[in-house]
Amino acid sequence: MKNPAEIIAQCRIDSFDLSYTKAKAWKSAGKNRVLIGYMPIYFPREIAHAAGALPVAIFGGGDRKQIIKGDAFYQSYICHIPRSIIELALDNHFEGFDGFIFPSICDVIRNLSGIFRQQKIGSFIKYFDFPQNFSPSIGGTFYQQEMQHVIDYITAITGIEVTAERLNHSIALYNKNRQLIEGIYKVRQDYPWRLTMEELYHVIRAGTVMPVEDHNEILEEIYTYVQNTAGTPQDKVKVVISGAFCEQPAVGLIKAIEEAGCYVVDDDYQLGSRMITGDIDTTSDRPLEALANAFLKQSQYSSSIYDVHDPKEFRLAKIVKDRGADGVIFASASFCDPSLLDAPIFQNAFNKMGIRYIAFQFSENINQYKVIKEQVGAFSDSIKLWEPEPDTLAVK
Amino acid sequence: MAQEAQKEKSMVLQKEMVEGLFNELTKVKETGKKVCYTFVPGNLSELIRTFDMLPVYPEINALQSAMRKLSGGYIKEAEKHAHSEDVCTYVKCDVGMMLKGNIGPTGQKLPDPDILLLSYTGCFTFMKWFETLKREYPDARVIMLHTPYQENGKMTPEMIQYMVKQLQEEVIPVMEEVSGVKYDETKLKSILKHSKEAGDWIARIFDTTKHKPSPIDAYFAGVYYIGPINIGFRGTPEAVEYYKELYNEIMDRVKKGLGPITPEGEMKEEKYRLVVEGPPNWTNFREFWKIFYDMGAVIVASSYTKVGGVYDMGWRHDPERPLEALAEYCMNCYTNLNLPQRIELLSKCITDYKADGYVTNSIKSCNSFSAGQLAMMREIEDKLEVPVGFIESDLVDPRYFSYSNIKNRLESYFQMLSQRKLIGSEKEPAV
Ligand code: SF4
Ligand code: SF4
Repeated sequence: MKNPAEIIAQCRIDSFDLSYTKAKAWKSAGKNRVLIGYMPIYFPREIAHAAGALPVAIFGGGDRKQIIKGDAFYQSYICHIPRSIIELALDNHFEGFDGFIFPSICDVIRNLSGIFRQQKIGSFIKYFDFPQNFSPSIGGTFYQQEMQHVIDYITAITGIEVTAERLNHSIALYNKNRQLIEGIYKVRQDYPWRLTMEELYHVIRAGTVMPVEDHNEILEEIYTYVQNTAGTPQDKVKVVISGAFCEQPAVGLIKAIEEAGCYVVDDDYQLGSRMITGDIDTTSDRPLEALANAFLKQSQYSSSIYDVHDPKEFRLAKIVKDRGADGVIFASASFCDPSLLDAPIFQNAFNKMGIRYIAFQFSENINQYKVIKEQVGAFSDSIKLWEPEPDTLAVK
Repeated sequence: MAQEAQKEKSMVLQKEMVEGLFNELTKVKETGKKVCYTFVPGNLSELIRTFDMLPVYPEINALQSAMRKLSGGYIKEAEKHAHSEDVCTYVKCDVGMMLKGNIGPTGQKLPDPDILLLSYTGCFTFMKWFETLKREYPDARVIMLHTPYQENGKMTPEMIQYMVKQLQEEVIPVMEEVSGVKYDETKLKSILKHSKEAGDWIARIFDTTKHKPSPIDAYFAGVYYIGPINIGFRGTPEAVEYYKELYNEIMDRVKKGLGPITPEGEMKEEKYRLVVEGPPNWTNFREFWKIFYDMGAVIVASSYTKVGGVYDMGWRHDPERPLEALAEYCMNCYTNLNLPQRIELLSKCITDYKADGYVTNSIKSCNSFSAGQLAMMREIEDKLEVPVGFIESDLVDPRYFSYSNIKNRLESYFQMLSQRKLIGSEKEPAV
C-alpha cells in the first residue's frame, strides 16, 4: 500500500476526474456491468452494489468545467450545478453510464431529471422519490418500492438476482465505509490538524467514484494514519459547516476556510456518504426493509427531509456540541432554495441558543474568495477574542 | 378614458364567495370553527370541508398583498429576519405579513392556524414554507401529505396507495382530532360530486378559446376563473353555480362574436393568439396585462391556470373512490407533471387552440416552474415551429418587474409574430 500522502494525492486525482476513468475501467473489466450516476444528496448505494452496478456520484463540474451549453438550459437565477451537469452530459463525460438517479431533494434536480429524459441521456432515468412520511408501514413501504424500481432497472441489464444475502453483504460493506469515515471524523474532532479538511474531502469524494471495496481499503489506511500521527496544532477555532450538501464549493474555498483560522470538525459536504448514522442491520431476511428503516430512523438532518418531527436546528446544535465546535459556518450555494430557506430557521434558533455563526454564499465555479476568507478570519478572531461564558453555549 | 370593467353576474357570485370566507375567518372565535392553512396545488379542500374547517391559503394572501402593493414591504421585513433575497417571494411575503400582524386581504387579522396542512404538490418550497410556519405557530398541528412526483409520466397504483394510506392513517385522524368532527365518507362523496361537476365546467370554459375570436383571456382573466377552486370552494354547489353562470356568459360572447373583456373593456381586435407558460407577475398585474391587450394579443391557454388541477386531459374527481380521487388530484396538478408531460400538455394547447406563439414568463424565484423552462421552450419551438418569446419577472417582488424591459421584449416578439403571419398569409393559396 502507498503511504498516506500518496493515497491522498491519488484521491485528489480520482475525485475530480470528470472522465470517470476508474468507474469506466471497472465497467469494462467485466460483462454486463452497469454504471449509474446519482445526483446529490443521498442514494442507497447498497442496492446498486447488490444488483451488480457501480454507483457514481455526480457533483457537477465545479470550477473545472467551462460552461458553454449548460447556460442555455438555465436562467441566471438558478444554481450552478444543473448547468455543469448538463454540460458534462452533452460533452459525453457520461458515455458508458447506463442510468441516472435523481434523488428528490429540490425542484431543480427534479426538473433536471426531465431534461435528461428529454435529451435521452442514459438508458434509464429514475427520479428517486424519498418518502416524507416516516412511518415504516407507509413511507417505508413506498421507499422499498422506489428501491425495487432501481433494482429492476439494473438487473434487467446485469441479470443478477438480488437476494437477501447479496444485499446484506452490500450493506455490510457500506456500514464499514461509514464506520471508517465516522472514525476519522471522531479523531479529527479532537485533532483536526492531523488531516486537513481539504485532504479529508478528497478522500471521501474519491469513494464516490470507485468500488466501495477499494474505498474501504483507502479509508483503513487513512484511519490508521490519523490515529497515529501527531501533527502540529495551530491556533484555530473549530467550526461546523452546514448548507453545502449539494452543489460543492471549489476546493480552494474548502481550503481557505481552514487557512483563515477555522478547523472544520463536521460538515455536510457530500452528505450522502454520511447520511445514515450508525449501522444498518445486516441480518435481516428483508434487507430492503432494513435500508428503509435506516433512512426513516437514522438519517442525518437534511434540508430535503421534512423535519417537523425532529427539528434540524436542535440536531445541528447537538453536532456542534458533540464535536466541541465553537461555531457554525452556513455555506449555501447561490440560489439554492433548500439551503437558503433553512437559513432563517437555523439562524433565529442559534441567536436564541447563543451559538455563533456566519453565513455566506458560493458558487461551484467561483474560485475567488478573498471576501469570504476575510469574513471567516474575522469570525475566527471574534471567537478567540470573545470567549463566551460557558453557560451561554448550552444546547437545549 | 378607460372603460369600467363590466360586472358580470359570475363576478358577483365570486365576490360573494370570497367575502363570505373571509367573514367566516374573522368570526372563528365565536363560531369555534377550526382554521387550516394549506396550499393551492394539491389542496384538499373537499376534505377540509368534510371536517367543517376553514381554509387559509398563504399563496393567495401573498398575491393579494402584491396586488394591493403591500408585498414589497412584507418582503423587506422577511429579509430583515435572515430570509435570502433569492428564494420564493411568496414565502417572504407571507412571513413578512405575519411579522407585521397577519392582516389579511380584507384588512382584518387572519386567525392563527389550528392545522398546517402540508399537502404540497410539485414544489419543495412548500415544505420549507411550513417548516418555517411551524416555528412561528408552535401550537398548530402539522399534517404532511407527501405527493409522489409523476416522474414516469404516470400515477401508479403504488403511488395512489401510498397517498391513500397517508390520508387514512395520518391526515384524517389528525383532522378528526383537531376539528372534533368524525370523518364522514358519505359527506366527502357528496362534496366530491360537486368537484367533479366543477371540473367539467372548468374544462368547458377553458375550451372556449378554440373560438375565434377567443371569448376569454385564459391567463389574465383565467386567474380569476380558477379563484373559486383554488381558495376552497371546489366541491360546493356555489362553485358549480358560478362556473355554470360563467360558461353561459362566455357562450353568450361567442354567439355575439365578442373577444375577451379586459380592465379597459372589451378587446376589439384579436391579432395574436398565445399560449403562456409560467405564473403571472402580481405586483404590476394590470400593466402587464395591458401590454398584451394593447397589442391585440389574447392568451388562449396557460399552464398557470392548471396549478390547482389539470382538467383538460380528461381527469375528474371520482366520488365513488373518494380518497383515491384526492390522491390522484394532488398528483395531477401541473407542477407535479414531469417535463415531457408539461411539453405534451402545452403542445396540445398550442395545436388545439391554434396559437400563433408561445411565451414563457420566467419567475425569478420559482424553481418549480422556471427550472427546465428553456429546454421546454426549445422543444416546443422545434416540434411545432411556433415562434417563442421569453420574458422574466417575479411573482410578488416589485423589484423584479421591469416594465420597459418586458415591454421592449414583447414588442419585438409581436413584430416577429406579425411578420410570420404576413409571410404565412402570402403563402396561403388564393381562394
Ligand atoms: S444546489 Fe440547491 S437548488 Fe441547486 S440543485 Fe442542489 S439542492 Fe437544488
Ligand atoms: S417556488 Fe413557485 S410553486 Fe413553489 S411556493 Fe413559490 S411560487 Fe409556489
